[in-house]
Amino acid sequence: MAGKKLRIGWFSFTCCEDNTMVWIELMNANYFEWKELLDIRHARVLRRNNVLKSIDVAFVEGAITNERDAKKLISIRKNAKRLVTVGSCAVNGMPAAQRNMFDEKVKKDIEFLLTRFKQADKVRAVKEIVKVDDEVAGCPMQEDVFLNTLDKYLKEFGVMDAR
Amino acid sequence: MHADDSEGAVEGVDHIHMKDLSKIEGHGSLDIKISKGKVDYVKLKITESKRFYTQAIVNKFAISLPLMTSRICGTCSIAHLTCCSEAVEKAMDYTPSDQTLMLRKLSLYGMMIRDHALHLFLFCLPDLFGKDSVLDFDKTQDELIKKAFAIKSSGNNLSKVIAGRAIHATFAEVGKFSHLPSEEEIKRSVDELRTIRPYVLEFIEMFYNCDFKLERDIDFVALVSKDYSYINGEIQDSRGEHIKEDRYWDYLDRIVIPYSEATGYDFEGREYMVGALSRLNLNRDSMNSKTKTDASKYLSVFPSKNIFHNNLAQAIEILHCIDHSLEILETNQFKEEHNDPVIIKEGEGIGVIEAPRGTLYYMLSIDKTGKVKYGNIVVPTQQNQIGMEKSVVQLVEANLGKSKEQIEYEIEKLIRAYDPCMSCASHFLKVNWR
Repeated sequence: MAGKKLRIGWFSFTCCEDNTMVWIELMNANYFEWKELLDIRHARVLRRNNVLKSIDVAFVEGAITNERDAKKLISIRKNAKRLVTVGSCAVNGMPAAQRNMFDEKVKKDIEFLLTRFKQADKVRAVKEIVKVDDEVAGCPMQEDVFLNTLDKYLKEFGVMDAR
Repeated sequence: MHADDSEGAVEGVDHIHMKDLSKIEGHGSLDIKISKGKVDYVKLKITESKRFYTQAIVNKFAISLPLMTSRICGTCSIAHLTCCSEAVEKAMDYTPSDQTLMLRKLSLYGMMIRDHALHLFLFCLPDLFGKDSVLDFDKTQDELIKKAFAIKSSGNNLSKVIAGRAIHATFAEVGKFSHLPSEEEIKRSVDELRTIRPYVLEFIEMFYNCDFKLERDIDFVALVSKDYSYINGEIQDSRGEHIKEDRYWDYLDRIVIPYSEATGYDFEGREYMVGALSRLNLNRDSMNSKTKTDASKYLSVFPSKNIFHNNLAQAIEILHCIDHSLEILETNQFKEEHNDPVIIKEGEGIGVIEAPRGTLYYMLSIDKTGKVKYGNIVVPTQQNQIGMEKSVVQLVEANLGKSKEQIEYEIEKLIRAYDPCMSCASHFLKVNWR
């Protein structure tokens, strides 16, 4: 389908944003091809004016540490036909969720900060809150797995030939 | 360039709230209160949730710690890896070989090229063209974008060749590198760096011609090394203070910022800045001789008080990283060597390096079994946090006749010039210095 683009969003929650870095490094070789194939509707790291609606695929990195972010994640899910988690923090919570494993004394030490910044008692992986369609694991995410996943959706949404 | 007129100015702007600052690393927001033509307060809120690394490192084996702390930051992970390794080695009285130090310099150069290129070309370049995003550039800018990505790619590839990966590198360890680059890989990197070198000079000229200006009368602080290699030397400030690495902490005052997930710092009670601008202000004469020759016009700008010259400084640093990398790669052969094993012992160690955004500081205390008793990490964005707020005050008061939208645009541009990294800044809970 000539001119059709995959409408994507790139979202980041609590993490080191290593997957964002990998994605941006993949642009070194893929930028001009992606410009023809992708409509990047939401990517705070690349632009100020973003649109959170009618997204085909939302790529989500980072773990969910509070209710504000959980609500934001639910809103992303509502506005995206597919949701893909990228990187270890989004896929299984770690290492952003390392405070879940602290002993009681350390948990007590950090309690005042969790209260001050309205943080949840437990850090969660994305799939604990919303339905996830695909996972690109790794710390950071595996480049080839990400590219294969992107190809899959370019075909599924009729942007690239499905053969 | 962005319009600089006051058409559409909103009379009586009294409050600005900027949620989700864009084109920076990590999450931050800003609250500003204005009354009677004066700024009552600026609150820069680092909203990246804490990941409590200072607690998580306790009782972990120090030898494997660098791989863990590199996860504090995606974009400057090699800086954390290197600084943490240095702190562990010092705690265990281990001196790495000259070859290991050379490889560290190269891996840091690869990171600097990639990280500065990310900041300059994807975050700042749209401001020079009056656009929101590099994604909005049209075909007339295709060549420029190709060159920008080629520069970024060369840094990425150099880090891969030397350290295994550009992000969360796998070859760099405490005391050594587990893998050496092949001759073919080195040749490829050399060719690539030579190809993109002229592109870098074009971008330096572009940032040199940029007229963005906000001058601040503050201290500039950096680790000053004889070869501008980011990993050794002594800490200096712009008032002439010379400080040994292990005394750095004595000069820092920790400032709790209750509305921010990160802690701020001042330097002996004074506002200060770390980063490329500070390094150029304090150490431009130590840059590679080829850089000094080809960038002499641009280097004459420094020392500078203009915060936006941090962008120009980063562009010049890319050139230096290329030139020094080429010199190292073309005049050295890397050989398998039998490194002495790192002997586990009890002790305290301090690592100080220059990360892309400024001075990075690790202090570790290790017990006799090789486990971390406690640690302290001070990152550049924490050190610049108070300065960013004060710079925003100055900028807003100078732009009060403009519309809210224009002021917000100017603020984001200024914050971006500091190149903050919110992921780094919110890594920990408190200082465990005992």
